[in-house]
Amino acid sequence: MIRDALKNEFQKIVGKDNVMTEAAELHAYSYDSAVLDQTQPAVVVRPENSESLGKVVKLCNENGLKLTVRGAGTNLSGGTIPHPGGVVCLTTALDKVLEINEEDLYAVVQPGVVTAKFAAQVAAKGLLYPPDPGSQAVSTLGGNVAENAGGLRALKYGVTKDYVMGVDFFDVNGELIRSGGKTVKCVTGYNLAGLMIASEGTLGVFENITLKLVPFPAAYKAMMAVFPDMMDASRAVAAIIANKIVPATLEFMDNFTIRTIENFRKAGLPVDAAAMLLIEVDGHQGQVEDDAAKVEAICKENKATSVRVAKDDAERNAVWQARRDALPALARVKPTTVLEDATVPRSKIPAMMQALDKIAKKYDLIIGTFGHAGDGNLHPTILTDKRDQKEWHRVEAAVDAIFDEALALGGTLSGEHGIGIAKAKYLKNEYGVGAINYSRRMKSVLDPNNILNPGKILGPLLA
Amino acid sequence: MADIKKLVSMLKELDDLLTGCMRCGMCQAQCPVFAQTGKETDVTRGKLALLSGLSDEILKDPEAVNEKLQRCLLCGTCEANCPSGVKVTDIFLRARAILSGYLGLPPSQRLVFRRLLTNPKLMNNLLSLGASLQGLFTKEADGVIGTSCARFNAPLIADRHFKKLASKPLHSVTPKKDTPPGKSGLRVAFFPGCVTDKVFPQVGQAVLKILEHHQVGVFMPPNQSCCGIPALSSGETEVFDKLVRQNLDLFATSKWDYLLTPCATCTATIAELWPKYYGDKMDGIRAANIADKVMDVSQFLHDVLKIPTKESASPAKVAYHDPCHLRNTLKITTQPRQVLAAGGKYTTAELPSGPSCCGSGGSFNLKHYKLSDVIGRKKAESIAATGAGVAATSCPACMLQLADMLSKTGHSIPVKHVVELYAETL
Ligand SMILES: Cc1cc2nc3c(=O)[nH]c(=O)nc-3n(C[C@H](O)[C@H](O)[C@H](O)COP(=O)(O)OP(=O)(O)OC[C@H]3O[C@@H](n4cnc5c(N)ncnc54)[C@H](O)[C@@H]3O)c2cc1C
Ligand code: SF4
Ligand code: SF4
Ligand code: SF4
Repeated sequence: MIRDALKNEFQKIVGKDNVMTEAAELHAYSYDSAVLDQTQPAVVVRPENSESLGKVVKLCNENGLKLTVRGAGTNLSGGTIPHPGGVVCLTTALDKVLEINEEDLYAVVQPGVVTAKFAAQVAAKGLLYPPDPGSQAVSTLGGNVAENAGGLRALKYGVTKDYVMGVDFFDVNGELIRSGGKTVKCVTGYNLAGLMIASEGTLGVFENITLKLVPFPAAYKAMMAVFPDMMDASRAVAAIIANKIVPATLEFMDNFTIRTIENFRKAGLPVDAAAMLLIEVDGHQGQVEDDAAKVEAICKENKATSVRVAKDDAERNAVWQARRDALPALARVKPTTVLEDATVPRSKIPAMMQALDKIAKKYDLIIGTFGHAGDGNLHPTILTDKRDQKEWHRVEAAVDAIFDEALALGGTLSGEHGIGIAKAKYLKNEYGVGAINYSRRMKSVLDPNNILNPGKILGPLLA
Repeated sequence: MADIKKLVSMLKELDDLLTGCMRCGMCQAQCPVFAQTGKETDVTRGKLALLSGLSDEILKDPEAVNEKLQRCLLCGTCEANCPSGVKVTDIFLRARAILSGYLGLPPSQRLVFRRLLTNPKLMNNLLSLGASLQGLFTKEADGVIGTSCARFNAPLIADRHFKKLASKPLHSVTPKKDTPPGKSGLRVAFFPGCVTDKVFPQVGQAVLKILEHHQVGVFMPPNQSCCGIPALSSGETEVFDKLVRQNLDLFATSKWDYLLTPCATCTATIAELWPKYYGDKMDGIRAANIADKVMDVSQFLHDVLKIPTKESASPAKVAYHDPCHLRNTLKITTQPRQVLAAGGKYTTAELPSGPSCCGSGGSFNLKHYKLSDVIGRKKAESIAATGAGVAATSCPACMLQLADMLSKTGHSIPVKHVVELYAETL
């Protein structure tokens, strides 16, 4: 329990209504979207302006209180599960878009701005903020930067880090550190903004973020290609890229996922297809026409049994609805949904798919796989019931196996969901002990009391 | 207070429903309460986590959980959009019943539910007494909308701009009706619902006028009871059962093809909740039958009667608010718009903020008026932004809230039921 004196201090900074200490309130901040054990903080605070955000950080440091910043709490790696007895600091009130600059194509936002709301405001001005994680309707830009979130458009447009021009953040002393800027080119000093990206709340607390914007593409075309064999679909992916076409989106779905979606939505999907690719090309009108025709031809050359090109926005929506339905449909099959994001070089997708198949059989589990074929980022989704302890142990073993396999294929532990608590134990398998030690030394200097989201990424040794 | 072990074992029954939530947090985009407060205890995911915590005995504070659980409009928006298909309203209603059984309702509230609600005659008499006295305590707020506010400092009324109880409720003007099917060949039972009866009798009259115009026979028995949602959402399942049985008995006394209500909440309650929560197993079949036949009035006019649309050169704009119980629970959104257009005088102006809850939520408005107020004001501004001269909806409870909010925000825009506007054109 937090001492009354400290509670008073927090109340002075953020106001009475914004300090929560009741058991029920604390319980509601003991989890995020990852399937992990819950732990409770001692206090939850919700600053309404950046000044009080800085003061909260400082107060925590002075009292050695472990601090976990929380946006929407949708991360899938346990990044916002607090240190037991620590402090959770909400950014939901720091939700202002401070500037959208149409001349210089950037925007400045507070960390709690919801991604989709920001994208909509930007779109209203004819501009595009490309990173579009599946959670964008609720995820915050602060959370996106801290996790380096990706999305459906990552293949052509890149991920969050490709749009971060600057991050102003509080260090543990509550001092505001400025980094990056509003110019396209900026190489002044260390790339501190870069350091903040994917830092998962362990190195600094973002106060505001400067994001790059791009012009909205003039035209786009979506299509859906059906394959009798997963290998054919993978070859089509490779051939599209080899033909120097970079679609905005190139998504993959396996047979199990297709069948589950069809069960759920009855949209007339091909239930016997081994795999499906959902593709969108965008750019100038002429280029879009050309690219679409080429993609269609390539898919057919690679044995696609059908390629449906969306004729209008309604048909395009139908294509993307099928993709958006993937998770919801799978989530309804069993109570617990473990969504992983093992990522491999795209040429290794067939090998990864075969490995997943083997893993599912070996551990006797249902695994539906969909994901971003274009960038090799797959989402094997294990459908289970956490209450079934025996099965749960098999799930844990299967997850280990999935990561081993991804690394063996030259891939990575996480394409977009971050390391958090969930994957900290695998980190050395990918980068070795040297990288971990280097990171720990850095953290111990920047955060000597180890108050910033301890245990995340680098594991519990430091906690 | 009962034994906490008993509470836990009762909550365990919710276990299967609760584990369906994968904690993805997507409900944060949907919940109007969370949009105001940004607190996890105010969003679906948080409330579900609290219930799990209680049932797993990690959390041992049923009062606090109950208090958080009450901060919900039961608007169903989260449920309609939940990727996992979690039966949110089902869980919340059951949990409220379990918790209020365990904690006990305040005696005054219990008295209202047990004695008054289940006795329509007594309730009508009392409220007509109230109607004749209310002038003493209230004064006019907005003449166009027809709202009043408190004349003196009255905590119960706060700064509400409310519609007064009608001096002549529907049941006093038209206590009952029993007409044979006309040319349409159809006969419907009519369930006006409490708010129509007591505050907006003109809505009931409009329905009767429309039915007469289209030559539909009407069966409207006297002494109808409330549909029961206030009791059920407060966890008073016994009172709910009694109300349902009273209504089932009443409507069983004659033959009819459809049961119509002009109240989105009544329709949703009869369609979804009567068959699910009515405890009388022996009699459940009657509740299921009536659930199959209940219809929103617009739905009936459009889907069954197929009323034609009159052409119009320059229709007036009407800002239409989708009641949550029609939109989320019954998926009825096009029919009221088509009925509005059918008269040839109006066209629907869509709200710039899109469909969303008005913030009323029955007892939510009483318990959390401040929150209800912020949510409602946004709605009012969105209605005003359409530039429409009239606001319309399909739920009398929403009408109360819209009238309060439009009046308070200084937008003198009258609030009508869709059927009132359609009846005007006949
Ligand atoms: C259904 C679903 C779909 C998803 N789809 C995708 C997807 O397509 N691509 C993808 O990349 N991810 C996806 N995710 C994962 C998740 O949504 C992202 O990681 C997202 O960026 C998290 O944002 P958030 O606001 O919820 O952050 P949170 O979960 O609240 O926080 C994430 C991390 O950021 C830190 N943080 C937050 N704000 C600050 C701040 N101001 N300063 C410092 N640190 C901060 C937190 O401490 C934490 O470590 C999905 C999740 C779900 C549930
Ligand atoms: S959207 Fe549904 S599954 Fe996701 S957190 Fe909310 S209730 Fe749970
Ligand atoms: S029913 Fe409405 S108010 Fe209640 S949690 Fe769901 S969205 Fe929020
Ligand atoms: S929904 Fe409301 S108005 Fe309709 S009968 Fe029930 S309580 Fe009365």
